[in-house]
Amino acid sequence: MIVAERKPINEILGMIGDAKRLLILGCRGCVTVCSAGGEREVEILASLIKVGRKKEGKPIEIIEGSLVRQCDKEYIDTMDQWDGQYDAVLSMACGVGVNFIANLRPVVNVYPAVNTSFFGGSMDQGVWTEQCAGCGDCVLHLTGGLCPVARCAKSLMNGPCGGSQDGRCEIHRDVPCIWQFVHDKLESLGRKEQMLALAPIRDWRSAGHGGPRKAVRDDLTV
Amino acid sequence: MSDFTPNIQVFCCHYTSQQTLAEGAEGLQQDGFPASVTINRLVCGGKLKVSSLLKAFEDGADGVYVVGCPPDKCHNLLGSQRAAKRVGAVKKALAELGMEPERIEMFHLERGFHPEFVAVAQEMDQRIKALGPSAIEGDVK
Repeated sequence: MIVAERKPINEILGMIGDAKRLLILGCRGCVTVCSAGGEREVEILASLIKVGRKKEGKPIEIIEGSLVRQCDKEYIDTMDQWDGQYDAVLSMACGVGVNFIANLRPVVNVYPAVNTSFFGGSMDQGVWTEQCAGCGDCVLHLTGGLCPVARCAKSLMNGPCGGSQDGRCEIHRDVPCIWQFVHDKLESLGRKEQMLALAPIRDWRSAGHGGPRKAVRDDLTV
Repeated sequence: MSDFTPNIQVFCCHYTSQQTLAEGAEGLQQDGFPASVTINRLVCGGKLKVSSLLKAFEDGADGVYVVGCPPDKCHNLLGSQRAAKRVGAVKKALAELGMEPERIEMFHLERGFHPEFVAVAQEMDQRIKALGPSAIEGDVK
């Protein structure tokens, strides 16, 4: 899922300025699962903003809503039910949702309530870790299913580097060296000779270095 | 500040408040339970939502506190630990908003111990009187 975290409340209060009527819009996709921007978080943020604005002596009217997703046009269209009732939209979706509202509603002021962090998952309650970088050229079949692009600090294709000590990365003792993990995993699978194969120089255009990416499925475009 | 009567909301679990509630309004008054404190009873502290705590401030509470079982003796195992985490989240949010984080507190009490329940109510009453009214003007103050 896409993992996000709510921005500090004072940053949010600053961006909404003097708006008197605000639509806080949650998303029932990834940000609900990572507890950053679902219905519960909309309720909490609405209270925080009301408390903050009352303290400043500038009360605010807030509509709390959420969309099935904010990354599809048909769901953005359901925003129309609140037309004329707000001065600005505070989206609790990931950056995709904010962009979609901006793309599709040219006269709506839309602000981001969360920082979109990474693609990850939760191994322990309340803890999320990055697992995929969305690089567009997956090599997981070569690495025992473990991603060196997202999980190696240097995104090395031929690791580990000299900074790998006792299975830990040199950037911090809490960070495991993914290349040590790749080695151990391939060994347990009886495939450790794969570590000897040199990965060629990588073409990073698919990772966004060639500009914004686009996927077109011809069979779905009718 | 002597004429200030605070609005204090306590959220407490069924187990820690059982004996207190059995006293009835008159009994509580005789025991010295502050009139400023309104009891909101929950089945368990684990049911408490961050938004409920914030709503209490939004509605004009000058202070809010939560009473739950001792962390390692919660009737529902982790309920009071969860409540404490949520109180911590609101404390942090109040500080971010420039409000005194002391306006919210978590207390862990043994189940059914009435004098301690009254004592923390008195402690919060004194604390909030010392802090003065909240900077927020509530809708139902």
